[in-house]
Amino acid sequence: MVQGSNMAECHPVGFQWVMAAKARGATLIHVDPRLTRTGALADLHVPLRAGTDIALLGGLINYVLCNGLEFREYVVAYTNAATIIGEQFRDTEDLDGLFSGWQDDKAGYATDSWQYEGTSVASSAGKRERGTRARHDGQGRSHERQATGRGHEHGSHGAALSDLSNIRRDETLRHPRCVFQLLKRHYSRYTPEMVARVCGIPVDVFLQLARMVTDNSTRDRTTAWAYAVGWTQHTVGVQYIRAASVLQLLLGNIGRPGGGILALRGHASIQGSTDIPTLYDLLPGYLPMPHPDAHGSLDEYVADDSADTGYWGNMRAYTVSLLKAYWGEAATADNDYCFDYLPRITGDHSTYQTVKAQLDGSCKGYFLNGENPAVGSANAKAQRLGMANLDWLVVRDFALIESATWWRDGPEVESGELRPETVGTEVFFLPAAAHTEKDGSFTNTQRMLQWHHAAVDPPGDARSDLWFWFHLGRRIRAKLAGSTAERDRPILDLTWDYPTSGEHAEPSAEAVLREINGRAADGTCLSSYQQLTDDGATACGCWIYCGAYADGVNQAARRKPHTEQNWVAPEWGWAWPANRRLLYNRASADPEGRPWSERKAYVWWDEGKGRWTGHDVPDFQPTKRPDHRPPPGARREDALSGIDPFIMQADGKGWLYVPAGLSDGPVPTHYEPQESPVPNLLYGQQHNPARQTSRRTVDPYQPSGDEPGSGVFPYALTTYRLTEHHTAGGMSRWLPYLSELQPEMFCEVSPELAREAGLEHLGWATVVTAREAIEARVLVTDRMVPVRVHDRIVHQVGVPYHWGGNGLTTGDSANELTHLSLDPNVHIQETKALSCDVRPGRRPRGADRIALVEEYRRRAGITAETGTAPRTAASPGGTA
Amino acid sequence: MGLRETFLPWPVLRQARAVAGLPGAGRGDRSGRGDSARSRVTDRLQPRTSTADRVVASVCPYCAVGCGQLVYVKDERVVQIEGDPASPVSRGRLCPKGAATKQLVTNPRRQTRVRYRRPYGTDWEDLDLDTAMDMIADRVLATRDATWTDEDSQGRRVRRTMGFAALGGATLDNEENYLIKKLGTALGAVQIENQARI
Ligand code: SF4
Repeated sequence: MVQGSNMAECHPVGFQWVMAAKARGATLIHVDPRLTRTGALADLHVPLRAGTDIALLGGLINYVLCNGLEFREYVVAYTNAATIIGEQFRDTEDLDGLFSGWQDDKAGYATDSWQYEGTSVASSAGKRERGTRARHDGQGRSHERQATGRGHEHGSHGAALSDLSNIRRDETLRHPRCVFQLLKRHYSRYTPEMVARVCGIPVDVFLQLARMVTDNSTRDRTTAWAYAVGWTQHTVGVQYIRAASVLQLLLGNIGRPGGGILALRGHASIQGSTDIPTLYDLLPGYLPMPHPDAHGSLDEYVADDSADTGYWGNMRAYTVSLLKAYWGEAATADNDYCFDYLPRITGDHSTYQTVKAQLDGSCKGYFLNGENPAVGSANAKAQRLGMANLDWLVVRDFALIESATWWRDGPEVESGELRPETVGTEVFFLPAAAHTEKDGSFTNTQRMLQWHHAAVDPPGDARSDLWFWFHLGRRIRAKLAGSTAERDRPILDLTWDYPTSGEHAEPSAEAVLREINGRAADGTCLSSYQQLTDDGATACGCWIYCGAYADGVNQAARRKPHTEQNWVAPEWGWAWPANRRLLYNRASADPEGRPWSERKAYVWWDEGKGRWTGHDVPDFQPTKRPDHRPPPGARREDALSGIDPFIMQADGKGWLYVPAGLSDGPVPTHYEPQESPVPNLLYGQQHNPARQTSRRTVDPYQPSGDEPGSGVFPYALTTYRLTEHHTAGGMSRWLPYLSELQPEMFCEVSPELAREAGLEHLGWATVVTAREAIEARVLVTDRMVPVRVHDRIVHQVGVPYHWGGNGLTTGDSANELTHLSLDPNVHIQETKALSCDVRPGRRPRGADRIALVEEYRRRAGITAETGTAPRTAASPGGTA
Repeated sequence: MGLRETFLPWPVLRQARAVAGLPGAGRGDRSGRGDSARSRVTDRLQPRTSTADRVVASVCPYCAVGCGQLVYVKDERVVQIEGDPASPVSRGRLCPKGAATKQLVTNPRRQTRVRYRRPYGTDWEDLDLDTAMDMIADRVLATRDATWTDEDSQGRRVRRTMGFAALGGATLDNEENYLIKKLGTALGAVQIENQARI
């Protein structure tokens, strides 16, 4: 199942394995608004209206539950289906699209009422809500957590639970408040007929799809779901993936070979830059950045965020080891291992907030490291105007990308909104070294680190980012030498002494990987995160990467040919954690530890040897027996039983229902996109009430559904990638081969829409939203299918987003059209489902372009308030 | 100059001989597109992969599939990049982007010199790398000083600067991301982000 991804075109070489599976008899289904090469190669292509995947997944969940098709033994043993939820909880069924806890004044949820029965308000976040710090009342805290993005804090591990033994379970799954029954009720309205009306998928096609998926999810067969940013770039994006998790857990498809939910990531090391994050809310290994309200000391931080049970119970060891890696000798037990050196986050400081801070003038300096936000980030104009308000900008890239040159040739210069003479931003362009010119590791989409070796020296002034950041730090430390200011201690005490070599004094990437891997007190490389201690004896830059340099060997550089090892290929590169290739693989065996079937054997209990064994590294304590039941009061991983495969969760179970950790509800629910041509047919609540909107003049929103003025933007719009270009184009639009293969920006429309809008194949079209108007060549193709939804036909427009004004192939950027309404959990923008108008011909130039967009805004009656109300006026839910 | 070196290598002759089944032509080359079509130039050609001084193991820098690459180097220049057949991920295959990687790294359109645009400037200027590094270090420290916050407006200890930000990392190495986060955190900068949020 490929959904929210065009795998054949965006991950072509990975797709070879899908084709290999198909050749061996696997069924391939593609759900996507467009028919692409993925759909063309599939057994079934299901077009749907962009932005309605939760309605479809909810329909599948309902189909499974109505027909008793869940994998009962797996569901009872390995998920929280049996867990009973507290009496206070109210579902969207009761509140017309809202959950209990909604607070109009906070525009967010208090999550207390979502908890398991029997656990005191359970999440780590919940501890704060109980008022362990007296600064705010419980409700204020919960909202604040949403505003800070701290819903994300449990991203890798789920919330902590106190008193596992108090959790009430009904393993018959009949209790009216058990998760299983709650799901049944929540999804009861996601009928095949409703799926047809919301998504535009005919009932017979839906039923065919549902049968294909459920027939293939058994002891003997597993179904995998692959997705990409077609799922994440929505105001309800996290819940898209959650919906797939619910379905896959019900079908027993998680932790088993051939199953899973596979995130197909689009950059060479985007997984690595999440694990070892260049992200505001995380420290390496998914440790949360501290917050001043609850994290005054290391003890408070650990008490607040670690779980008593599950592997996350070792958070103190992971944190202390990180602080030792950062501050070495200076970090001691007496000074809390320099915990106070960490800056605190107090809100959402994500990249789109940074843009707003630039527009406001509070953020004055900006580094761009191989990113091109003037093309690649939503609302490109806001990006450029933000940069025009900086004191200084450093761009590190291969070519003079649009984010480096907007001050002299950007769209605002053309329109007269900016003139170089009035832009005060000082711009440094520093050429970057290519991967062939530096050592280092990428982490691919399977969590696998692979080392690339420097082949040649970089040309001219080009340098690696390792070089840039190391030498920038060295210079800063030299300039601050002798400072007695308290604020400078973290810099001066920092361990920053990597060995260098060569004419440019290139720092050693292997030395950095060794620091990431971690070392024992005697300096030897650690081999497993289980060796980490919380007494300062170990140092480790990223606990989940511990073992990447085991035995003093660069494990990421291993390249044993696939022909010389088993099909799991454990000796090629190194996968975190502990070189496991399939997470939670204890679930590939039944509760007794036997493979669910011979065909799907992966990891199993070997009674003779008294340990887990199999084709992969078992993701479980190796000698914990399947029949092991923990004594009361056991802690950390020892609190989990022999049938708790989800070892990072506090209860060891896969969460069908999320009692804490999400900002917008414990169960995935369909809401319409920020901008939609149709009303929400499932609930009175139109949008995700907890979504973030920017409320800025540079980022106006359009009316939705049946609101007056929505007809001005009648078509659904979705953005996407092409095989021959790479994201914002910095690595493709300057290459003759790739530019020749995809030479021009275009938009894809159906013949029906072309007729309706007067568009000609290969002619020009102008696509308009409330933000901007762009032009594109018209590609009329029956691969774009109008969908019948609700009481109307919805036409869809597809636009690739790679183009900008520089390079060998140039064109308008799709991100001129997009807006800054965000998912509330992870603050990702909604660029996969918008609405727009399309008209024939090229766009107007200069000031006329602005006038055209203004005219659209006027006709649609757009004001600063349009589209920003969290709760839909007609919805009574908020009064609960 | 003997006959053999003059006329016989002519492709048309060789083809005619092959079609006629005469000796001296490429055996079994009835279509004339095999041996008959060879010239001395073709005979002297050697694949760049066989004449390279060394082969360096690498990974495709575009998407997260992580296809294996082999980088062929001659005279300290990249002369070819191919898929690595040993990789269990890709078994030697590359997609159009991966296959264009040599052009990415040897592209004459790559900018290899520092460019500098002063405030209100209308054009780029030259600047040497060392000076640029020093100026950037000064900018970071000045902005940090001007925007340093020990306590926020609610009196909470935050010890940070919101004065500068960084975006990028998904195209970089783990080791590079590690240094960016480490230095940024020590400087008190929290707005450190990358494509993973986008
Ligand atoms: S060759 Fe293509 S599929 Fe493979 S990593 Fe590169 S971009 Fe991805």
